[in-house]
Amino acid sequence: MLIGISLVSFFIMHLAPGDVTSSEASFNPKASEESRQKLRELYNLDKPVIIQYGLWVKRIAQLDFGNSFASHQKPVLWERTDKSGNVTKGLIQESLPITLMINLLGICIIFSISIFLGTLSAVRQNTWVDRSITLFVFIGFAIPGFWLALLLMYWTGVSNQWLPISGLHSLGYQNLSNFDQFIDLLKHLILPVSISSLSGLAGISLYVRNGMLDILHQDFITTARSKGLKESKVVFIHALKNAILPLITIVGLSIPGLIGGSVIAESIFAIPGMGKLFYDSVLMRDFPVIMGILTIGSFLTLIGNLLADIGYAWADPRVRKGLVK
Amino acid sequence: MKKNFLFFNFIFILSIFIISCSKDTSEVINYNEEYKNIFGGSLINAMAGEPSNLIAMIAGDSASSAIAGNIFNSLIKYDENLNYAPDLAESWAISNNQKTITFKLKKGLQWADGNPLTSADVLFTWKLITNPDTRTPYASDYQLVKKASAPDPLTFKITYETSYAPALDTWSSLHILPKHILKDEDINNTFFSRKPTGSSYYKLDDWISGQQVSLKANEKSVLGSPLIEKLISRIIPDTSSQFLELTADNIDVMNINPIQYQRVFPARKDLQQKVALYKELGNGYTYLGFNLKKPPFNDIRVRQALNYAIDKDEVIKGVLLGLGESISSPYKPGTRWNNPNLSPYPYNPSKALELLQEAGFKKNNDGILMKNGKPLKFEIITNQNKQREMTAVVIQKRLQEIGVDVSIRVIEWASFVNRFIKTGDFDVVVLGWSLSLDPDQYNIWHSSQQGPGQFNFLGYSNKNVDRLLELGRKELNVSKREEIYHKFSKYLLEDSPIIYLYAGYGLSAVHKRVKGIKNPAPPAGIYHNNYDWFLPKPLRRNEISAR
Repeated sequence: MLIGISLVSFFIMHLAPGDVTSSEASFNPKASEESRQKLRELYNLDKPVIIQYGLWVKRIAQLDFGNSFASHQKPVLWERTDKSGNVTKGLIQESLPITLMINLLGICIIFSISIFLGTLSAVRQNTWVDRSITLFVFIGFAIPGFWLALLLMYWTGVSNQWLPISGLHSLGYQNLSNFDQFIDLLKHLILPVSISSLSGLAGISLYVRNGMLDILHQDFITTARSKGLKESKVVFIHALKNAILPLITIVGLSIPGLIGGSVIAESIFAIPGMGKLFYDSVLMRDFPVIMGILTIGSFLTLIGNLLADIGYAWADPRVRKGLVK
Repeated sequence: MKKNFLFFNFIFILSIFIISCSKDTSEVINYNEEYKNIFGGSLINAMAGEPSNLIAMIAGDSASSAIAGNIFNSLIKYDENLNYAPDLAESWAISNNQKTITFKLKKGLQWADGNPLTSADVLFTWKLITNPDTRTPYASDYQLVKKASAPDPLTFKITYETSYAPALDTWSSLHILPKHILKDEDINNTFFSRKPTGSSYYKLDDWISGQQVSLKANEKSVLGSPLIEKLISRIIPDTSSQFLELTADNIDVMNINPIQYQRVFPARKDLQQKVALYKELGNGYTYLGFNLKKPPFNDIRVRQALNYAIDKDEVIKGVLLGLGESISSPYKPGTRWNNPNLSPYPYNPSKALELLQEAGFKKNNDGILMKNGKPLKFEIITNQNKQREMTAVVIQKRLQEIGVDVSIRVIEWASFVNRFIKTGDFDVVVLGWSLSLDPDQYNIWHSSQQGPGQFNFLGYSNKNVDRLLELGRKELNVSKREEIYHKFSKYLLEDSPIIYLYAGYGLSAVHKRVKGIKNPAPPAGIYHNNYDWFLPKPLRRNEISAR
């Protein structure tokens, strides 16, 4: 499976015209064509694609993701230490934690708010509560994130100076205590995380709402109610549990999304995350980095699918029984 | 609890729609007072891209050279009027046969780590850049040196095969690297590219990947001490975010675009109070280039006609909001290489039509120019660059007026170069070249430079120009050289292989707390003396509260 994915992505990548020597900076009369040709030979870019793929597979089999083609030559995945003890960090190693942190926070926020909003609008179906929640989540979904981001940056950062505008750390961050460093980081994350969560609310909350509506009309809910259970117990214990089952699939499917960042959000907030890394490497035709990110992404997709299936079996006895049979 | 949260959310969203332009009521500081220059403080600037590698001969991106320029010295440099001035070398002498240059280094030079800097380091750097294993795109200029030697620690001597006029320019851009650190390193992949040791005003303090690069004053700098203690470059890819940071007082320096310069600043009194704007002639020009191998562009009358049909002032007004100049040679206006007797083709559509009729084109019933049953129709291609796209649109409109059918296509850079430029599969391009300080344009205009990947991709060939370019490369006498390149510019303008559109201004916004900036900007730009800039104590940012 992984081989198939990598083969397809490797070939598509090489279909795009150009290579690392055709960057805008190298379009400079002082840079000679011979030196570009030398670079192409050095990176094996003059060989047929199939041979390049073979070389790549050979390296990847030893879990060596290689070095970036960019002039900094950073390792793609993990840090490298040279003989005198200088550590060069890997590109993915630097970007991934930041993106993971933002996306994990985002997913937690999306799920907790959507489950609540979805339940609320299902219980209060067709009232003003339901309608305004739907309106709110759709506005959140439809609003252009970069526009809202700039407005909020202006409001909270320039006219009121409550929150930092961009970046991840304040100046003089190194001199702060651990706790203050943490608070500083949180302050920097508030805007990016809330903007990225806003657009995700619509899908999930409508999922929960429709799931809840289905369940609430089923017989066992009527039974529970006629047993004289409190309404809150009926809704939150009996109905909600069943309604959020399909969400397990969504969680599983969103695992690969965890390592992908949004180029626009990362550029606006000046966050050095995976989205920007991937985008820049595509523009530069930095093949080792592109392949590194794609391989990890496809690996995580497979893992996500597996986890979703396992989660289903764990949560739903019917699936478990079916497996045993 | 949860309901409260919902309520909060509602308020939150509602309030977005009623953001009022609440004005900051902080105390008014008078930035216009006179202040004495004093050492200290940090200057924060914003850059869009992260430097890749601080060894400039390998890096090649502008962010890297901007940072590396504060850390390393060359043998000589350009002064504010773009004449050669001493940097590491105290003096230099050119032999009578114009083939040998002898540099005398200043006495007592040292690296930031205290080791002496001698001509051995210079020789080492030359060996490094000409070493075939070094992955540098710039080797070719230095490979012309036949023999280089360092007879004593203060003397560096180079001999060229034939005299080479751009030599001094090439030595002004080569950063001298320390031999004692790099002699056992692989220059292509070394820690030194992110932890350099230089000799100039600043040294690297701290580099947080993807976020910021900070430099601090190098107390061992032989050129004396800069006045600002720390230079911090924050990496903020988006210019709107940079602008917000500037408005919120979190950064001091950024490059701005014409809209911010002409529209936003005049409308914002609060910004005018604390931010000063500077404009200087930029380092590049934008042109419309013809594929000279393709008809009808092989006909000089067609090229000249199109040149007459394009209103350059209109382009400058529309695209740059007036913040640019029209040019008539590939050199900075006001410098010695620019031929003052030349002027751009004026906007004259009737003259254009006349020339096109001479070339055999006639208008058909729809008002389209036709020749031998074929319409005058072509495609302008350009890369994803907003200014170039807008330029193409303005040109399209003007050309349609005289009956030329023009379409526009915008292509991502790498595809643009490989699919169209290298293969020669294009009609007309809108692109830019730099206004280089050395007048040599051999690589762009000599007829021998037309191979795939070389820079005369338009296919220009003129025997007179070839001869002048060859002569100009050998002539070290400045006034003779000047004459050569004035003639060259004249041929180039007449042949019109490209239409010079504009040379845009470089626009900078600098917080008024920064003093010592020359205004109006000298030919070398405001940044050339950034070691003379200073931050008066009362105006410095309180660093703890700085976000």
